[in-house]
Amino acid sequence: MTTHTELGTPRDLTEIRQSISRRELIDKLFAIAGLLVLFFAILVLVALILQMAIRGWPRLSWQFFTAFPSSSPEEAGIFSAWVGTALVMLVTAVVAVPLGIASGIYLEEYARKNWLSGLIEINVTNLAGVPSIVYGLLALGFFSQTLKLGDSIATAGCTLALLVLPVVIVTTREALRAIPRSLREAAYALGASKWRMIWDHLLPYSSGGILTGVIIGLSRAIGETAPLITIGALTFIAFLPPAPLSGNFPYLSFEWLKAPFTVMPIQMFNWVSRPEEAFQVNAAAAGTVLVAMTLLMNGLAVYLRYRFRKGIKW
Amino acid sequence: MVEEVSQLNVTAVKPKAEVIDLDFYYGSTHVLKRVNLVVPDRQITALIGPSGCGKTTLLRCFNRLHDLYPDNHYNGEIVFDSAVNILSPKVDPIEVRMRIGMVFQRPNPFPKSIYENVAYGLRVQGERKTSVIDDKVERALKSAALWDEVKDRLKSPAYALSGGQQQRLCIARALATEPELILFDEPTSALDPIATSNIEELMAELKQQVTILIVTHSMQQAARLADYTAFMYLGEMVEFNRTLALFNSPLNKQTEDYVKGRFG
Repeated sequence: MTTHTELGTPRDLTEIRQSISRRELIDKLFAIAGLLVLFFAILVLVALILQMAIRGWPRLSWQFFTAFPSSSPEEAGIFSAWVGTALVMLVTAVVAVPLGIASGIYLEEYARKNWLSGLIEINVTNLAGVPSIVYGLLALGFFSQTLKLGDSIATAGCTLALLVLPVVIVTTREALRAIPRSLREAAYALGASKWRMIWDHLLPYSSGGILTGVIIGLSRAIGETAPLITIGALTFIAFLPPAPLSGNFPYLSFEWLKAPFTVMPIQMFNWVSRPEEAFQVNAAAAGTVLVAMTLLMNGLAVYLRYRFRKGIKW
Repeated sequence: MVEEVSQLNVTAVKPKAEVIDLDFYYGSTHVLKRVNLVVPDRQITALIGPSGCGKTTLLRCFNRLHDLYPDNHYNGEIVFDSAVNILSPKVDPIEVRMRIGMVFQRPNPFPKSIYENVAYGLRVQGERKTSVIDDKVERALKSAALWDEVKDRLKSPAYALSGGQQQRLCIARALATEPELILFDEPTSALDPIATSNIEELMAELKQQVTILIVTHSMQQAARLADYTAFMYLGEMVEFNRTLALFNSPLNKQTEDYVKGRFG
């Protein structure tokens, strides 16, 4: 000890060592506590999903995916529900993605920073926290009644688009903000106009982040039930919407937009509310499919983020 | 000040650009105060001075980068090619930036391929012919002394290059559109000594074809490299002269103190 005179007297050193080991102990305790909490949260989630999957497993067959709902649980399937979900999501994405990205670009790159843009910013952020049933009421009044879209796929898609929009706007802005000023200036210094700079640089560099936001938004929308019940989604649909492709000119048909529909969570909700035990199994099976869809979408988001970020760093 | 500039006999140099009574404000902060400067054609002119003296601000007036941000405004003129005041609101900043290139403090290549980085300026100017672009990219990379190092991997990402190579790539990117003036904003401050000396050699060669205006925090670099040097202090142009004259026999007391290392 005495050889380390430059570190102070030996007594000082023991004190410092005690204090260091005390801090290290706190460090370790916190790490353990954090890990335990994390495990608990994951355990609950995994247990819930597993329990549902095990319950629904016997019903998960090809027939389940290709059968319409029926009054006998063994014959009932989720055909109209997953087709409905897919079509509603398609409309949601087509409406929310361009609107959301354009709004994000405008707010981040074009809008001057003043009280108005500040107000819009606060509102957009708060929109993400509005209960989804409120969107349902708005949609019932606006899309369904005023625009006379009725209780159709178009109404549902637009309603969920409203729900997804704030998420897309906020992630677009964050992705744009992450691009350093030096890259923007490099493009401007070569004579690029603002739009050129955004199109050639900002959008490609932020596409990973934007896509992640879009998918996370959509995977929130895919499980929404309340706003769709509000606008009058049916729980028993034993037919598919008209096909989007037709045999004669102009080959594309948009009749399906006006069709009544059901979606996965509503089908589940319907089955859960039935007294027969067998329908509960159907609900668990449909739930498993829905969770699988959501996890798949989130997985895709993670993959896309990785793919797009790989070649891009600054 | 006017007397000191006249010591140089400004009329004898052929100006590429001439700064006349330039004032610049960030919001209400008066950053450049009645600055006058001549940038001689096909020479290297260095701007030196302590941090915050306004040298980078002055440099960024030349390609109107200040226009990108709100609340900046200019008074005065920068006459380019004895013909046009590039600060005039009637002049499109995009046109100015197509004629005046810039190399930044830190290498800032686009996260694209080496080829695309150099080709970008050409594409912005509307060039579509692949053969023309190929040709000009090669020429720019050769002028930037980078061709031999990258000719076999033009399609690989620019970020795979070292810092010095990235900065030479940025120079090639600026050269590709054949600008008449290139602005260098402390181009070697993020580089090691070897990369720095490569860039300095390169600039010395480039002045055959293009006028160079460089901001540097290193007096040695200005002394090594520049034909003319301007010393700025607190937003004012204190002294402008041939580099040798400015360093060896400064006319102004502040200049003398700065170049002798007494402050800054």
